[in-house]
Amino acid sequence: MERLNPTPTTMPAVERPLIYANLRKPGYTVDLDCYLKHGGYEALKKAVAMKPEEVCKEVELSGLRGRGGAGFPTGMKWKFLDRKSGKPAYLVVNADESEPGTYKDRQIIYKDPHQMLEGIAITAWAIQAKQAFIYIRGEFIHGARILEAAIAEAKVKGFLGQNILGSGYSCDVVVHRGGGCYVCGEETGLIESLEGKRGYPRIKPPYFPAVLGLYNCPTIVNNAETLAQVKHVLAFGGAEFAKIGVPGDSGTHIWGVSGLVKRPGLYEIEAGKATFGELLYDFCGGPLEGRKFKAIIPGGSSTKILKFGERFKGRLPNGTEFDWALEDIPLDSNSIAACGTGLGTGGTIVLDDSVEMIQALSNLNAFYAHETCGQCTPCREGSLWLSRVSGRIAKGGAKESDVPLLLDIANQVAGRTICAHGEAVAWPVQSAVPKFKDEYLESIRLRQRGEPLPKLKLI
Amino acid sequence: MQTPSPSSADRPLRPETLAKAPAIVAQYPQKRSATMPLLHLVQEDRGHITQEDMRWVAEQVGVEPMQVLEVVTFYPMFRQAAIGRRHVRVCRTLSCALRGSYALMEGLEKALNCPRGETSPDGDFTLEFVECIADCGCGPVVHVDGAMHENVEPAQAEAFAAKLKATLKDPDYGLRAPQPGTPEWNG
Repeated sequence: MERLNPTPTTMPAVERPLIYANLRKPGYTVDLDCYLKHGGYEALKKAVAMKPEEVCKEVELSGLRGRGGAGFPTGMKWKFLDRKSGKPAYLVVNADESEPGTYKDRQIIYKDPHQMLEGIAITAWAIQAKQAFIYIRGEFIHGARILEAAIAEAKVKGFLGQNILGSGYSCDVVVHRGGGCYVCGEETGLIESLEGKRGYPRIKPPYFPAVLGLYNCPTIVNNAETLAQVKHVLAFGGAEFAKIGVPGDSGTHIWGVSGLVKRPGLYEIEAGKATFGELLYDFCGGPLEGRKFKAIIPGGSSTKILKFGERFKGRLPNGTEFDWALEDIPLDSNSIAACGTGLGTGGTIVLDDSVEMIQALSNLNAFYAHETCGQCTPCREGSLWLSRVSGRIAKGGAKESDVPLLLDIANQVAGRTICAHGEAVAWPVQSAVPKFKDEYLESIRLRQRGEPLPKLKLI
Repeated sequence: MQTPSPSSADRPLRPETLAKAPAIVAQYPQKRSATMPLLHLVQEDRGHITQEDMRWVAEQVGVEPMQVLEVVTFYPMFRQAAIGRRHVRVCRTLSCALRGSYALMEGLEKALNCPRGETSPDGDFTLEFVECIADCGCGPVVHVDGAMHENVEPAQAEAFAAKLKATLKDPDYGLRAPQPGTPEWNG
């Protein structure tokens, strides 16, 4: 492969497909026979031969972190499950993939559903769930049908349903379609929605799902890809799996690159074994013809924006000091967090020099204003005001004082709401305004002077 | 605005729809959880959800009709008014916008003779901007009923609209089994 990365390391970065290994093979299909031919449900056999608590131990040993955006250690989440109450436990799969820029779970659901179902069966066994629900976003209409067909096949062969693989343990899996609402990807909003109500997130405490979740019973909510990763944890064994990636972040990350690059797409890379430079230049082919990269939103639209040309300096959790350009940042959660943003879902949105930054911000503000559930005043009012103020900068009629006003509003939202939608509203603004303030002011003046606007329209 | 279609609004729900309800409700430890699945079922039958439908759903799951209305009005996918024969949803959010979804929308408004957020005067198309539909690497994407169209560049707006118009004359539209790799499979 031609090396385009301006700061190359010694070895060219390569993909290490784990989750996508099979679904990329030509002729690979969604049916059970195909999955079995590729070694399917062997990890489940291994799991049911173990005690449930041994399976939990393997997942804890593996160091697997959740793939839904927050990156919480999966094994620790399972440990929090309240086993003393005597109430049944539920497993809920979060397949409500809605974070802008994120499209990794879609591939698993539409192309390799049994991989996720095997992870569900293993997890259900590990936590001894009474029943499992897959909350899939309402727009994945055919995806829900693919899953339902796959569940029916798996039940016939005893991988799900009654008496799984002769273990005496039974677990039914129900596919539940959402209604096109972003906040239902938040685990407590999802639970409310699954109970047949509006998806208003619940306040924690007391509503930690592991204690008071679905029907006020102990509930584990895991992302769709996380469960697919669990299958591989069992296949490798926890200690072996922990060797994939870097300390503190094991396994692979699926980077879903979108926006203005030559080859947008999904790239599955061992955690920490490539940099943003390698991802954007080597895998994605660099910027479009005649363009220059300007900024990236690294892990879904809610993560803080990074600007090309910035220097990132600091100390990693293990004590190592670093001084990186954006291109040098390694693709693991600790390194990315140390740069003041997050790995999130790995959905990287790339912006180049054709983008007017206030329009990009305004586009996202409009998204969050549309998706706020309206429960908490700071988020409901704040998201609408941010959308309105950035909208008038982008469309004309703004004052220069509107730029600091954006920051002022965002600062009053984060940390003041029931769920993390408040942070999702604030972070894009809080990170972008200091970095692109001068450009926003220029956008205001451009419109005041009545000069021609950039060709690419984003709002 | 949206043209009401009295024929589908007035008729009772199909017997197949009614027959599916008990099994759906039985999947859940608590009946109320079946609210959204039943609303999807009704909307697939009629195209939208009426007051009468909400009363029926409420009865199935053992809540007051008001509690079903609460759900219908919260989720963007549920609608109380009829829409056009083809529901065209263009993704508006950043990844698709960077690839030209605003220009595409302008092209489709012209080619389908339908302003965004409305139904065309002939009732053939409802054209909407929607938020991220999780197919960001192939933007701009357009979700038409059950099919996902990827990489619909703004320059193709007219050709794409012509393709959609041709489906109006297809008697088997939406009835064929989806094949992997097609817009119907990814829908």
